[in-house]
Amino acid sequence: MTLAISHVGKTYANFVRAIDGITLDVAPGEVVAVVGGSGCGKSTLLRVVSGLDNPTQGNVALDGDAIRSPHEKIGIVFQEPRLLPWLTVADNVGFGLADRPKAERAERVARQLDRVGLTDKANVWPRELSGGQAQRVALARALVMRPEVLLLDEPFSALDAFTRVDLQDHLLDLWADTKPTLVIVTHDVDEAIVLADRVLVMRPAPGRIFAEIEIALERPRDRQSAAYDFAKRRVMAALDRSLERKAITDDGETTSEHGAQMWW
Amino acid sequence: MSLAEPAAAAQRAPRPLARYAKPMLGLVLPVGLAIAWEIAVRMGLSDGRLVPPPSRIWATLVELAATGELQRHVLVTVSRVAAGFAFGVAAGTLAGAITGYSALTRRLLDPTLQALRSIPSIAWVPLFILWLGIFESSKVTLIAVGVFFPVYLGVMGAVMSVDRKIVEVGRVFRLSGTQMVRRILLPAVLPAYVIALRSGLGLGWMFVVAAELLGASEGLGYLLVDGQQLGKPAQIVAAIVVFAVIGKTTDWLLSTAAAPFLRWEDRFGARA
Repeated sequence: MTLAISHVGKTYANFVRAIDGITLDVAPGEVVAVVGGSGCGKSTLLRVVSGLDNPTQGNVALDGDAIRSPHEKIGIVFQEPRLLPWLTVADNVGFGLADRPKAERAERVARQLDRVGLTDKANVWPRELSGGQAQRVALARALVMRPEVLLLDEPFSALDAFTRVDLQDHLLDLWADTKPTLVIVTHDVDEAIVLADRVLVMRPAPGRIFAEIEIALERPRDRQSAAYDFAKRRVMAALDRSLERKAITDDGETTSEHGAQMWW
Repeated sequence: MSLAEPAAAAQRAPRPLARYAKPMLGLVLPVGLAIAWEIAVRMGLSDGRLVPPPSRIWATLVELAATGELQRHVLVTVSRVAAGFAFGVAAGTLAGAITGYSALTRRLLDPTLQALRSIPSIAWVPLFILWLGIFESSKVTLIAVGVFFPVYLGVMGAVMSVDRKIVEVGRVFRLSGTQMVRRILLPAVLPAYVIALRSGLGLGWMFVVAAELLGASEGLGYLLVDGQQLGKPAQIVAAIVVFAVIGKTTDWLLSTAAAPFLRWEDRFGARA
């Protein structure tokens, strides 16, 4: 189940070119992290891959199957849990299994809730969950469908630092169950390095892939090790360089007003 | 510690009196006024002819009930409201859902409906009587028109304001159009829908009075007119009291029937 993104570009109706010419192959079971400054098109890329939005150029394919709308083998977890407030936690997790026999659904939901450690919350309303718990339910809702590809759009960015680290480890643990392909968009460099086999650094206006950094560290990764630190420095350096063009433009603006006007 | 303990115990198990005291607070003013008026009339401070004391209103009610007249009038009025409410809700829900869902239909229909809404509904009465006669159809239609607009507006607004992010969850799980309506849109609009139904019902009760005042031979509104023409203020107040009781009861029934479906709500008013 190779995820093939080829020459994908997306221009919005207001002529904003969010991403351009993105080509990327993700191998089955690979974990790819996409990092970049805000507004660099990370989320747009993920929405195009999920089929929620369609690209204006190029195409996305899962094993040769073009993605033009949400696909049963592709799951997505958003920045917000997006649980349905009128369903209990268990019913939220089983939301995508409505067409399965009741017994199978109950069994899969129970097992998945157990995996995210929320068995005791099965019958409560989403309003009673903490932020971290709600996001774990959202993870369970996506994973219970047994996706081949799981997309995560800044899934832990709204959580506090402790919960975030906790959930990163938890995500890796869940990933190890069935080894789906993971594409995780984040603005947290640590998150990218803890999770990913490969970190893609994007640069903005329009969003393009600027650098690709392999993270060949054994899992579980020690956040304190020298190798981890080295990887982090490489990603940070690439991020800095990715924003360089903008820095030069700013510079030009201050030194030459006329030039800046021409540029705009 | 010794001070805190009894306070905590009181919080855990409120005394029965305390539990009922809060809702009872709302009765203090009306009951107090009624008793004061009753005493004033009994003491001869007023003859109570134009403003009858509670005992005389009660006597009128008992008298009307004994002859079976009250039940007949109540039944007629309730069935008019029920029929008008049913039609108004059906039409309002349908129109609201369609205009909320599709921008094209909204642009097509909403301006006309808003223009119609701004007509005082009583203004329809002469036309409805010409079209539909002076019997039930014109009254039920008037009530239905009254119920239609709050339901229409409520449903349209609710459908339009369903969170796009939640709808996207439905798309991710590849729901069909009807599944999307049943599993996402309907539950999402339900709280607003219940409020729309309740305001529709309130208007239904308002319009039934208008319809019955303007020509009826039975119904609670007829009791009002009859009381006025025969100079029986106790009968008028009795009819008003019955309106209040039935109106409040139907509203309570509606919100109670809806409550089990809205337990999930996370709102300010739901706190203890």
